[in-house]
Amino acid sequence: MNTLKVCEVSVVYPGSDGGESVTALSDVNLTMEQGDLVVALGASGCGKTTLLNLIAGFISPSKGYLTLGSSKVKGYPRVLCGKDIGDEVTGPDADRGVVFQKHALLPWLNVIENTEFGLKLQGVDKQTRRERAAEYLKLVGLEDFHQHKVYQLSGGMQQRVGIARALTNDPKMLLLDEPLGALDALTRESLQELLLDVWRKTNKMMFFITHSVDEALLLATRLVVMSPRPGRITHQFDLNFNQQFLDCRDARQVKSSPEFIAMREQVLAIIHGDELAVA
Amino acid sequence: MTSMTKSMDASSTRLSKKKVVTNKPVAEAQMVDSKEERESAAASISLLDKIQLKIKKMTAPSAVQSGEYFGTPGAGDSRLIGVCSTMFFIAVWAIATEGGFIKPIFLPSPLDVVQRLIDITVDGFAGATLVEHLNASLVRIFGAFILACLIGIPLGITIGCNRVFRGIFDPLIEFYRPLPPLAYLPLIIIWLGIDESSKVTLIFLAMLSPIVLSARAGVTSVRIEQIQVAYSMGATPWQVITQVIARGAMPDIMTGMRIAIGFGWTTLVAAEMVAAERGIGFMVLNASEFLVTDVVIAGIIVIGIIAYCFDLLMRYLEAKLIPWKGYN
Repeated sequence: MNTLKVCEVSVVYPGSDGGESVTALSDVNLTMEQGDLVVALGASGCGKTTLLNLIAGFISPSKGYLTLGSSKVKGYPRVLCGKDIGDEVTGPDADRGVVFQKHALLPWLNVIENTEFGLKLQGVDKQTRRERAAEYLKLVGLEDFHQHKVYQLSGGMQQRVGIARALTNDPKMLLLDEPLGALDALTRESLQELLLDVWRKTNKMMFFITHSVDEALLLATRLVVMSPRPGRITHQFDLNFNQQFLDCRDARQVKSSPEFIAMREQVLAIIHGDELAVA
Repeated sequence: MTSMTKSMDASSTRLSKKKVVTNKPVAEAQMVDSKEERESAAASISLLDKIQLKIKKMTAPSAVQSGEYFGTPGAGDSRLIGVCSTMFFIAVWAIATEGGFIKPIFLPSPLDVVQRLIDITVDGFAGATLVEHLNASLVRIFGAFILACLIGIPLGITIGCNRVFRGIFDPLIEFYRPLPPLAYLPLIIIWLGIDESSKVTLIFLAMLSPIVLSARAGVTSVRIEQIQVAYSMGATPWQVITQVIARGAMPDIMTGMRIAIGFGWTTLVAAEMVAAERGIGFMVLNASEFLVTDVVIAGIIVIGIIAYCFDLLMRYLEAKLIPWKGYN
């Protein structure tokens, strides 16, 4: 029931001022089930973010279609001109939580108010939404920061609030657009582990974009390697390094295993091949 | 304690620098042959040097206090300096006038102005006391201000969020915005007559455009990620506008409100030029016609103080309502 299907999807951006149109995505197929952690990896301009925007409903496909459960996913044509076009078609909605690279928290609200914002929008009463928000803040380790101002938190904490906020809505899936890209290496590693714990506890479907091969390999149940010009999926790998990590709790051990290193070499070869082809 | 020792360290390094600087000219001075010449040269150079050092000391950045950053231009508290410069200005004014260098008709002395301020507060000027004049003006300004906020903020946000509204109102606002209020004052009087409504309308129009423009700019300053995340949490377009965009536009709107109040005071005198019986602008105009310079200056000072107090209030509100301003 919670299956995401991306069928033969292409996205073409019309060229500005009579320039050539740009094909951002070409004939992409992807299927995701509950509990999948799909990581999209690829050089810049390979259409990772375009794919995420499609799933989130921020843009519409030029060709093909996307379905989540029984409803079709389509972008509203303009950010501020959403219109009710029925249950069977959906734009961005509460069933797909989004976390961006740069936190998109609302600075006039404190940590817990930010976390409960989605429930507040849906008219959930204050006590319930406070409890739910507190629960997810605890999950990301911020139970002592309810009243803090979000703009005074560190980058890692801001991203954790962002993750808790997306989860508090209890979405069907989580879309993460390089959520750890702007963090320092140590924070990044601890948040990777946190994210895996969250994933296991909540069993959410997650779509994760990254530039880091190590991060991709450690997190993914399925790794999707994308290539630019036109953006497309070239390789898919089913991985289980995340399960290895959850069993042994030692990321360095997992990352230094021969299988991990071999996999990394294989993926790097693909990506570098792309970059050479582009150059 | 640590900051104390730090600043002492810093001053001692400055002192050692001073020694280096003084040694060099002295060495040059020793090249001069005659002993007398040498001595006098050394003395004059060291005096020059002392002055130079004094200036250096005054302009050099002071040691970084805890909570400050090294290299921030203009860091530190300037209030004491502000008080001193104001005192100095008043002192110069007092010496120039009390000393008889300037005739009172051009510039009355501070004491005269204070005396006159008390007089017009107690006895009044041009048919009303200072408080009554002030009251009339404040009602006009703040009436117009509240009206401009009530209409301008929603209008600006709507213009920013809606293509049709932008198409309708953009040309209108951009057309009338650069017009001086005095230019369309006659028109407003023809339409609305000479009573309060025309005065409030004139001030209102002067305040409206900065508020509308700032609200509109505020809409574009809200990051697209914040809007997209709100949609992804199930927000309706209306909720996005009221709970994300309107709040995110607040810093810009408050800046616009501060600018608008400034425009309001500028326009007040123009508004009170025609058929006003009360008002601080009217009082100043009336006094200038009869060359009562001390009332003119007293009026200007009162306007200045009130405008400054309001700006302080707005800054306080900014600190309270939009403490995140400047963060990202």
